[in-house]
Amino acid sequence: MIIIKELWQSLIEALEGLGAVVRFLLRLLAFTPSALLRFDLIVQQVFNSGALSLVIIMLSGLFVGMVLGLQGFQLLQRFGSEQSLGVAAAIGLVKELGPVVTALLFAGRAGTALASELGLMRATDQLSAMEMMAVDPIKRVVVPRFLGGVIAMPLLAAIFSLIGVYGAQLIGVQIMGVDAGSFWSQMRAGVGLGDINEGIVKSCIFGVACSLIAVYEGYYAVPTAAGVGSATTRTVVTSAVVVLFLDYLLTAAFL
Amino acid sequence: MNQEAPIVEIRNLGYAVNGRPIFDGLDMDIPRGRVTAVMGPSGTGKTTLLRLITGQVRPFTGSIQVAGEDMRTLKRAGLYVLRRRMGMLFQNGALLTDYSVFENVAFPLREHTDLPERLIRQLVLTKLQAVGLRGAAELMPAELSGGMSRRVALARAIVMDPEILIYDEPFVGLDPISLGVILRLIRRLNDTLGLTSIVVSHDVKEISTVADDLFLLSGGKVVARGTPEELKSSTSDIVRQFVGGLPDGPVAFHYPAPDYFGELLSRGEDF
Repeated sequence: MIIIKELWQSLIEALEGLGAVVRFLLRLLAFTPSALLRFDLIVQQVFNSGALSLVIIMLSGLFVGMVLGLQGFQLLQRFGSEQSLGVAAAIGLVKELGPVVTALLFAGRAGTALASELGLMRATDQLSAMEMMAVDPIKRVVVPRFLGGVIAMPLLAAIFSLIGVYGAQLIGVQIMGVDAGSFWSQMRAGVGLGDINEGIVKSCIFGVACSLIAVYEGYYAVPTAAGVGSATTRTVVTSAVVVLFLDYLLTAAFL
Repeated sequence: MNQEAPIVEIRNLGYAVNGRPIFDGLDMDIPRGRVTAVMGPSGTGKTTLLRLITGQVRPFTGSIQVAGEDMRTLKRAGLYVLRRRMGMLFQNGALLTDYSVFENVAFPLREHTDLPERLIRQLVLTKLQAVGLRGAAELMPAELSGGMSRRVALARAIVMDPEILIYDEPFVGLDPISLGVILRLIRRLNDTLGLTSIVVSHDVKEISTVADDLFLLSGGKVVARGTPEELKSSTSDIVRQFVGGLPDGPVAFHYPAPDYFGELLSRGEDF
């Protein structure tokens, strides 16, 4: 009985938490039009979340692409269809690995930075000081960071996929000897606009989810050292679970 | 507006945190144009009082009027308009760590006005000169000492020319020289800018040298009010304990606890 009661209790708490996040999102969206007028603040955050994540995204993209090239070649060779390596790697990257791995890396690199920054601003009274200066911290600090992440994510995912295809080509064509002509032409023929759209939609939604989780956890962090630490941890854990869950839902929806 | 009326009027204020009552029937009038100190032992809700006066939290019962506005019913937009007429100095300064000293002081101007850059620069440099830190304009907050960050925060608090300037424990953790500087600034800014200053502090000796009026809070009420001299010569037990810094008295040394021997001898199963 106690177990059922506790499960019920945690279900209620989870739903309350979800409700709080949705309300927070609505508040962010309400401020979005006026925040867009100060585009310089958003550009700064696109730089912080996006440009500063470029190295890790590009490196990971290259390695993931190289692994795809190797594994794909081994698998396709069994059926004598290694010529299809290009299309296989590109579809995998554009539709799945690009958006998902980028989102996971983004949560680890940019999400934690956002959460700890906001948490520390809360802990050092910077957010209260803004409120006392009649400046709404949600509008001035949170919304530009949120929008910066939302804008940066699809761009990062696109770069990830691009580099990934190069990595697959590097292994498949340069080393394993797949014919370059059929690698590229099969890719061109096989990857449709729908596949690219799926990747774009996914990375946009992951961008909203990861940025929202990061700014929410940071903004409501308990203003102590331990509180900021646990907010940062929760950002990564929640983002990862939510991204993988959403990925399943979106994949099913696109079929 | 009537210049004689108090700028902050608190009547029968009630407020509680997590079910623990902080204020119960608090009455307080803070006069215009003077330096008023609010003192009290730690945990009497001095900071909570500031949060109530600045509208960060709302009272449960009773009323607070600040500069003619009723803080119980004031809407968010009205609150933000009122806050432009207030400056607040936080305990640790609360400077924005991403911005230089100059940009910190310029922050309210950039957010609320469309002044040309040249004018912003002049205003910021004047305020920094007033706190003696014009030379530190290009430093980052991490490069400042505790006393310096508080002076920068003070420059930021006065850059919009507020009517009320609020200090939350401005002396905590300062060396004697920085402390003297802050004390002199409180008095000088109050008189030259025609402000009303509210200082929350428990440093009796320091604050007595600058304050015009002192309020002593204890147990959710004002237990004494008067000039520093009046409080020094007071015969009330609580005032003497607080002003004299006596460890035991009406404010007990022990936090409320069950019987000492009974607890030591028990087997501790209640934990």
